Amino acid sequence: MKLFIPQDMAAVAVGANRIAAAVEAEARARNMPLTIVRNGSRGLFWLEPLLEVETPAGRIGYGPLTVADVKALFDANIFEGGTHAKCVGPVEAIPFLARQTRFTFARAGIADPASLDDYRALGGYKGLETALSIGPAAIVAAVKDSGLRGRGGAGFPTGIKWETVARTGADRKYIVCNADEGDSGTFADRLIMEADPFMLIEGMTIAGIGVGATQGYIYLRSEYPFAIAMMNRAIALARRAGLLGAAINGSAHAFDIDVRVGAGAYVCGEETSLLESLEGKRGQVRAKPPLPAIKGLFGRPTIINNTITLASVPFILAEGAQRYAELGYGRSRGTMPVQIAGNVRHGGLFECAFGVTLGELVDDIAGGTASGRPVRAVQAGGPLGAYFPPSLFDTPYDYEAFAKRDGLIGHGGLVLFDDTADMARMARFAMEFCAHESCGKCTPCRIGAVRGVETFDKIAAGIEPEKNLALVRDLCETMKLGSLCALGGFTPYPVLSALNHFPQDFTASPLPLAAE
Amino acid sequence: MMAKQHSVWNPADARAIIAAELHREGAMLPILHALQAAFGYIPRDAEPLVAEALNLSRAEVHGVISFYHDFRREPAGRHVLKLCRAEACQSMGSEVTARRLLDLLGLDWGETSPDGRITIEPVYCLGLCATAPSALFDDEPIGRADQQMLETLVAEAA
Ligand SMILES: Cc1cc2nc3c(=O)[nH]c(=O)nc-3n(C[C@H](O)[C@H](O)[C@H](O)COP(=O)(O)O)c2cc1C
Ligand code: SF4
Ligand code: FES
Repeated sequence: MKLFIPQDMAAVAVGANRIAAAVEAEARARNMPLTIVRNGSRGLFWLEPLLEVETPAGRIGYGPLTVADVKALFDANIFEGGTHAKCVGPVEAIPFLARQTRFTFARAGIADPASLDDYRALGGYKGLETALSIGPAAIVAAVKDSGLRGRGGAGFPTGIKWETVARTGADRKYIVCNADEGDSGTFADRLIMEADPFMLIEGMTIAGIGVGATQGYIYLRSEYPFAIAMMNRAIALARRAGLLGAAINGSAHAFDIDVRVGAGAYVCGEETSLLESLEGKRGQVRAKPPLPAIKGLFGRPTIINNTITLASVPFILAEGAQRYAELGYGRSRGTMPVQIAGNVRHGGLFECAFGVTLGELVDDIAGGTASGRPVRAVQAGGPLGAYFPPSLFDTPYDYEAFAKRDGLIGHGGLVLFDDTADMARMARFAMEFCAHESCGKCTPCRIGAVRGVETFDKIAAGIEPEKNLALVRDLCETMKLGSLCALGGFTPYPVLSALNHFPQDFTASPLPLAAE
Repeated sequence: MMAKQHSVWNPADARAIIAAELHREGAMLPILHALQAAFGYIPRDAEPLVAEALNLSRAEVHGVISFYHDFRREPAGRHVLKLCRAEACQSMGSEVTARRLLDLLGLDWGETSPDGRITIEPVYCLGLCATAPSALFDDEPIGRADQQMLETLVAEAA
């Protein structure tokens, strides 16, 4: 009898380890031979902790479980077809999962993430095999043909970046994986690293072979202790298997990876700030040019890509660029792991082709809010992304379509708010966050954000609201035009969208938090 | 819940910790993380040692430490509770919960209770945003964190 209980950080946060211990104890007490696999999460987080039982009819799920349910599951004899109220049926038939197109997340939640054998059995390292046989130029061409764009936020064509690094001569080149994932509402990088770490290793290795880089770094935020442990474990296993090191899979290519842990600075997700941080400095943003592709880490040509960008590469090599490129919408090719979070009924990771509308994602797939109240706003693309009101829910999920509506898809996060949300408070928070995380290099960001917070406080206190609202708009203009990076430059998105779509929130003075 | 054990600051251990990371490219952050893991914070006295090992000025090392939110300049309480303050958690009422908890303890963000039992710190997203509000209690992640749960946790922290 085989059971699956995730070891994922989010599953553990809601009790997966306690469930696993209870199942083990119960099985022992009943003298039942059970194998418990600690898999990754499927990304259906509202069902966590989710227990899956392997049956001839596929894997049957039970969740969200409490420790108190465990004994009842055994009493109901779910292992031999018994029923229980927490049964969610065959997991792969759950609409939230069945409706996805899982290219990058195909393996997430299926097996023990730290098993190289499982990874291979499920199609892993096929991309590397192809890569080694077709060689560097064809690797870069395949990534270009796939139409893959950077999943970290800016959506820059990945193949073009790779081509630049490939063409730039140097004694040493680097592949840097941006696993800083600081955006609220996002967890796709975390899920990949915890559920399918070898795929990221494979993607980085292919990148190394493609552009002639021999050293890789994963810059991984300190807030992700589970991902740090899993990546370190997987890297050690890959090294032992000859899949990292001096001769990748016996070839003439050398490549190795080291995990570097961030230190709680949001701005270090910005690529040049990240490189400074990797070099051991303050994470201050560098002026561009030079591009990191030409002068990156320690002055060497460097590919810096988001975790999901790199993790998408094995599929593209294994299945062919065409297979990836044939899905999508406009210039947004392939699939996007949309992460639906916040006040949400069915929160989790939904990988699908671009082009689905925001409304389908929010209402249809996620089922609206957790509170059951109407959705008032959705923040798309993290703390630098705009708040969308339901009147804009017809926007197709596509880089350009979101930009046309003064928003961005960013790293793919959607945070739902119900009708109790105070959008003036959210606008103030956007400024506060910018002030808190500013690297300090440019005045509009460093000083402007602080002024923004002060001005919102005046508005809330009823002091010259009209004059102060105009001042906020002025500040936003200055920040947009005078900031070196998108922290200062895009903070106006959430601020202005809140102002434009929810003006009524900026007139009355809200009660202080403690009085609610 | 067991409190974390940290060593008392001493330069000999610090030198050994620094030496163990020196072979890395860009060794600064790994060194600082290792020092904090050992001592629970990065004492001012560590700055000249790091500076010497990396061939930098003390001011440069100080500048790096002060840039990053993670690095503590003073020991924390025996337990550290990090409460997420980012948007997805806010949408589930995290700010109200946090304010109540802080008021209950008579603390502000970043402060340690007078008995040295607990420090409450803000964190901006733990990647647990679909099971918000989120927290991290020492090394243990917590999802769907409600008022009662957090109060019990704090009350039981020894
Ligand atoms: C303030 C700020 C924070 C960022 N944070 C991240 C991040 O956490 N992860 C990420 O991949 N990209 C982040 N980016 C985008 C990176 O600068 C860069 O565009 C990305 O790493 C490039 O990789 P890609 O082309 O694969 O997306 C951030 C940008 C800014 C301005
Ligand atoms: S906009 Fe802000 S974070 Fe970006 S470089 Fe300028 S000061 Fe630094
Ligand atoms: S916003 Fe709190 S865990 Fe992501």
